[in-house]
Amino acid sequence: MKYADEFRDKELAMGLARAIRAKADPARAYRFMEFCGGHTHAIARYGLEDMLPDNVRMIHGPGCPVCVLPAGRIDMAIALATRPEVILCVYGDLMRVPGSRGSSLLKAKARGADIRMVYSTLDAIALAEQNPGREIVFFAIGFETTTPPTAVMIRAAEKKRLTNFSVFCNHVLTPPAMRAILDSDTPIEIDGFVGPAHVSTVIGTEPYAPFARDDGKPVVIAGFEPLDMMQAILMLIEQVNDGRHEVENQYRRAVTGRGNGRAIREMAEIFELREEFEWRGLGSIPSSALKLRPAFAHLDAELRFAMSERVVADNPACECPAILRGLKKPVDCKLFGTACTPETPVGSCMVSSEGACAAHWTYGRFRDHQRRLAS
Amino acid sequence: MSMHQRRLDLKNGCVDLSHGAGGRAMAQLIAGLFHEAFGNEWLARGNDQSAFDVAAGRMVMTTDGYVVSPLFFPGGNIGSLAVHGTVNDIAMAGAKPLYLSASFIIEEGFSFADLKRIADAMGQAARDAGIAIITGDTKVVERGKADGVFISTAGVGVVPDGLDLSADKARPGDRVLLSGSLGDHGVAIMSKRQNLTFDTEIVSDSASLHGLVADMVAAGGNGIRLMRDPTRGGLAATMNEIAQQSNLGFRLQEEAIPVKPAVAAACELLGLDPLHVANEGKLVAVVAPEVVGAVLAAMQAHPLGRDAAEIGEAVGDDHRFVQMATSFGGGRIVDWLSGEQLPRIC
Repeated sequence: MKYADEFRDKELAMGLARAIRAKADPARAYRFMEFCGGHTHAIARYGLEDMLPDNVRMIHGPGCPVCVLPAGRIDMAIALATRPEVILCVYGDLMRVPGSRGSSLLKAKARGADIRMVYSTLDAIALAEQNPGREIVFFAIGFETTTPPTAVMIRAAEKKRLTNFSVFCNHVLTPPAMRAILDSDTPIEIDGFVGPAHVSTVIGTEPYAPFARDDGKPVVIAGFEPLDMMQAILMLIEQVNDGRHEVENQYRRAVTGRGNGRAIREMAEIFELREEFEWRGLGSIPSSALKLRPAFAHLDAELRFAMSERVVADNPACECPAILRGLKKPVDCKLFGTACTPETPVGSCMVSSEGACAAHWTYGRFRDHQRRLAS
Repeated sequence: MSMHQRRLDLKNGCVDLSHGAGGRAMAQLIAGLFHEAFGNEWLARGNDQSAFDVAAGRMVMTTDGYVVSPLFFPGGNIGSLAVHGTVNDIAMAGAKPLYLSASFIIEEGFSFADLKRIADAMGQAARDAGIAIITGDTKVVERGKADGVFISTAGVGVVPDGLDLSADKARPGDRVLLSGSLGDHGVAIMSKRQNLTFDTEIVSDSASLHGLVADMVAAGGNGIRLMRDPTRGGLAATMNEIAQQSNLGFRLQEEAIPVKPAVAAACELLGLDPLHVANEGKLVAVVAPEVVGAVLAAMQAHPLGRDAAEIGEAVGDDHRFVQMATSFGGGRIVDWLSGEQLPRIC
């Protein structure tokens, strides 16, 4: 596959693995958080952990938008989808995300709610045009990567003067989540960040500067291909060894310092910050999410349907908060693999295949077994 | 008294509720469309059942339902798929398929022209496979109570003397053979879904595999432990099923697993793993190491096994993990698919 296989080359990978082993100081540990679910998935799918020395450990961060969406917001969406006039449009990976008391959009659909899986925001616009007698609501979710497509959709709805269309906005922001992890009460053990790939194509590298400058944490923006990851890990090790803490850009083929100006402007014109937003596993984080500006209030489903905020407490036995901060591993959680599996996810990290626990369950479990055999 | 009856308007007509009501219209649909397409001596006798001679040896029986959407896709339609799928379930026992039944649940308003295309494809697939559809049923439901047409089948076949293939028979050290590239059917279906329009030259691999199976059995006999066709859930589900049933693990080599570039690209775009995508004309065989060379050669000599490859081996493992060495140089688990990747793929 052109333009992808080049970044999955085994020989180059072996070379990078050798360089990492040569550079990693055996006398110390290197703990790097990859913020994005896309990176977590690449680590798991290509088996990168096998290629790193034991003292280089990857900590899977909260950068999976489906995972961090709290149960209360799912409950709100289910209540909305249950209204007879509403067609709720969602991205497919939202369907199984657990709400409260074992509910999910998938189960609501089975009971008759009209929920449609779409692949593009423009599919939702088409549905609104085809169904003038129904209310079409788009369940908008994601970090800065999926926010511009929602902006495009809102512009299209305005242009077409749709009167039966609105957006349930759940867009969240990357830098405030990284800030929340660094500022958490429990001391975190992270020596550096692998910075987001797609998010950074939109926001650029500049928003990460404070983490390097003020918190002393190296940040390397990396692409989602496995060679990108390996190179970024090597760059982080070099920063740690040199005592540097800078924002470096491994993903120069797609990411610039200032990002995508047009996308940033569109987002700023359409969205504004929420005072705070609940994150599954991380709790409430100030200025970490977006809502529609008052000029677009007529397209805001929360206002249009007078949706009331619901807050559902996370399962107290769930270790996701500690796992998302790098303090614990999936296997340290009592629920992992027992009450909590990909079929019956309890916590955020098991919800999507990009979550830390799901990735470990799906791709990494055998390593625990091998370790037990070895010890 | 002879009744004048209009012929079925196969060009512009459509199925209505009278075609399922047991009256003359239904008789006309069956005679004019299904018998025409399936044409054989058993149906010609017009009984509610068909009698056939029982072959010597062990027989196998299977049943299957088809709800694929869309009904017509590159490389086939629900009719050919129903024959191929049922034949393959029989063939995976090493058996020679003999007879099929076919039951149609048709939505009111479905066009005769489409129904004829489907029935003709079924008849053709049956003749190609050397089997006969010897009994059937037709029901019509109101508009909105089905989606065009659903087909359920049953099939019987006979197993060669002394052959006993079963998914609990794999042993550590056995080799895993795959008959060709993964994911063609699933990607072909997806490319035609309403909300997913993309162009691809990929056509479904839907095919009857009993000829390939016969050649493999001739080459490997009981050295073949088992065969499975990796349909829904893909190769990943199949390998995990076998691991469970045989109480062992597998170690696969990603580099050895054939996937067409267009399929790989479509999966990349849609966030799918080719190992989870459905196939309708591929099989996996677990074989004893002594016969692996002979069986693989027999597969590669058959048109439906040209790209066959050895893709891994069975290993002792109480956890019954299916592991894979990635082409990147790491290792991972190949797990069951969680949730539904694509509804109504077959």
